[in-house]
Amino acid sequence: MTNSPARIAIASGKGGTGKTTLATNLAAYIAEQEEVVLVDLDVEEPNSGLFFKGDLIHEESNFKMIPQWDEPKCTFCGLCQKVCNFHAVLQLGPTILVFPELCHSCYACSELCPTDALPMISKRTGKLSDFRINNLHFVESRLDVGEEQAVPTISKTKQYSNENYAHLRIEIYDCPPGTSCPVIEATKNADFVILITEPTPFGLHDLTLAIETMRTLKKPMGVVVNRYGIGNDAVIDYCQKENITILAKIPNSRRIAELYSSGKLIYQEIPEVKELLSNILDYCLKASKGDIE
Amino acid sequence: MKEIVIISGKGGTGKTSITASFAVLGGNNAVVADCDVDAADMHLLMQPDFDFSEDFYSGELATIDANNCIRCNKCAKVCRFGAISIRSMQYVIDPLSCEGCGYCARVCPTEAITNKNRLAGKWYISNIKTGSIMVHARLGIGADNSGKLVAKVKNEARDIAFEERKDIILVDGSPGVGCPVVSSLSGANFVVLVTEPSVSGLHDLKRVYELVKKFKIKAGCIINKSDVNPKKRDEIVGFLAEENIVHLADLPYDENFTSAMTQGQTIVEYDQNSIKTLLTSSWERIKQLVINQNHNR
Amino acid sequence: MKIAFTAKGTVWDSMMDPRFGRTMFIVLYDDESRTLTSFDNGVVENEAHGAGTATAQKIFELSPDVLITGNGPGSHAVQALKQMNMRIFAEAHDMTIKQAFEKYKKGELKEI
Ligand code: SF4
Ligand code: SF4
Ligand code: SF4
Ligand code: SF4
Repeated sequence: MTNSPARIAIASGKGGTGKTTLATNLAAYIAEQEEVVLVDLDVEEPNSGLFFKGDLIHEESNFKMIPQWDEPKCTFCGLCQKVCNFHAVLQLGPTILVFPELCHSCYACSELCPTDALPMISKRTGKLSDFRINNLHFVESRLDVGEEQAVPTISKTKQYSNENYAHLRIEIYDCPPGTSCPVIEATKNADFVILITEPTPFGLHDLTLAIETMRTLKKPMGVVVNRYGIGNDAVIDYCQKENITILAKIPNSRRIAELYSSGKLIYQEIPEVKELLSNILDYCLKASKGDIE
Repeated sequence: MKEIVIISGKGGTGKTSITASFAVLGGNNAVVADCDVDAADMHLLMQPDFDFSEDFYSGELATIDANNCIRCNKCAKVCRFGAISIRSMQYVIDPLSCEGCGYCARVCPTEAITNKNRLAGKWYISNIKTGSIMVHARLGIGADNSGKLVAKVKNEARDIAFEERKDIILVDGSPGVGCPVVSSLSGANFVVLVTEPSVSGLHDLKRVYELVKKFKIKAGCIINKSDVNPKKRDEIVGFLAEENIVHLADLPYDENFTSAMTQGQTIVEYDQNSIKTLLTSSWERIKQLVINQNHNR
Repeated sequence: MKIAFTAKGTVWDSMMDPRFGRTMFIVLYDDESRTLTSFDNGVVENEAHGAGTATAQKIFELSPDVLITGNGPGSHAVQALKQMNMRIFAEAHDMTIKQAFEKYKKGELKEI
């Protein structure tokens, strides 16, 4: 525990609240001092990479296991179709059809087949890329078109980072939005979760759901309020009431929106933001070591 | 009956605020379906009365009856998702890890394992302030957004529109390019793409439009915060022309969107000037395009 | 010849169901006996995953010569249906089964 990196996950109840902006800026800021890895776990739509131009240092395919029909061995007993809860294998007369995208790799059909006619083989589901820009390592995975299950790829991507960057002090996860299973997978082994939101009724509503989600996972967390100054104080009041630390209030400004829109790092242009990042980082590191709470 | 779906590829573009504005402009002739079930927000602007609600089940979840368990360990051995563990001498299944594949129950010698339908959220029918009806939902924490809840919301909205003889179904679509969006788009007559001029905005727009193309649905586009990055805005306009997407409007960066929201209002109720005019003419244009399409058939 | 429809009800005047996988009913017309039979697809409609392939399986069991549906089956279902010797027609939504059948006879539906 003491020697593994502090894993900081950045999540939000909804997309578009500044999650990727915070993740990329925080990672780049840390990289000014030390090596750090940013892992984009929004594998359906990885976006962090749009903000960095780095050297590709490693690339590999992601795989999952699926059954493959071995026709001569099959006795057409129909068991495989019956046991697959996901309708990923069908018996259509004298043919067994496997639908790789629907398969959840549970092995039931393969292991229960009485004649071993459905051995498991690996199938590519997407691509993992690892980039480097000086001190910053950036890992992302992208699902192939048509591939629907994000969770195994998220888990695999984390594993890659954990194995290759165990010597670093900090790992940052840019998580998928929402409160459904991909977010759970992405935040599951984080030491600290930063929830980012906007001080608006939508922001508040999504934040309450995100907090509820992180509470079921029993994760220490803090909130960053983005575009502070618009909307109202309901988010701040809510956090106070719920006893959740507000890590930073990033001011609303048209300048930030403009910098973001052209893919530029915000803290490099706005010193105030740099200071906020430093505060956020300090708190996260203390909290993930268990020094707070 | 025409189905208009508003999507944006990714969140934060103002999609929901724009959909809500169209709901107000459409008045009691438009049934609203909030298909953004993973982050359903639109109800905050619609004053829903949650008239009807029902639990939503999706997929399965295995549970072990400790009384019948002989602790043979077979289930734990076959589970590929690490969902079965021993806690204080009992075999238990972690609901967040269980994939609902049903394999464990098939190997259990004592039938101690049962598969139950998994509670995955709730859905509602509400009367809303426009005098119309809205179907909305809330996906449960850690649930699998397979598109089934989206399909449910849409289907209920269709049935209501049919029974109540409404002409329009307005759908706040799901983000991303996966199953939920596919369910949001299925059966639509027109798609409104909401985007913003940023690096990621154009990228997401292109990705989601690939999907729209597959469905062969006519599309229009609203560029929100268009003045924040004029160069990117022009790039988007170029893309629209290339793909023959109707450029419906450029909306300026305007904090009134948020001010309206804090009052629980849509921008067309709050702002009486430029944005209202722009959205009203977009809405008229959309209606026109949807009706014309009918003539062509 | 047997023709299958995806529908929301079980009679000629029932609306077509635009969805393939999650269709509420599969209605089968046999033009020799001139009878209409229907199959409740509710079990599949409630499936979280693989509704398309599950429905394709059912269609396979009914083995119609022609399938008429709304949006058109998804890619998985099409792949399964291609295993059968069957013609598939789509874009029959916003109409009743009867209207869809008329359109089919006039050759106005799009074949997949
Ligand atoms: S379970 Fe095995 S033998 Fe039986 S039909 Fe399936 S593949 Fe063939
Ligand atoms: S491995 Fe599981 S999910 Fe995949 S086809 Fe076999 S039974 Fe279905
Ligand atoms: S249903 Fe599948 S995932 Fe769930 S506990 Fe059983 S074997 Fe594991
Ligand atoms: S397979 Fe059945 S009897 Fe064996 S440990 Fe699991 S639940 Fe208990």
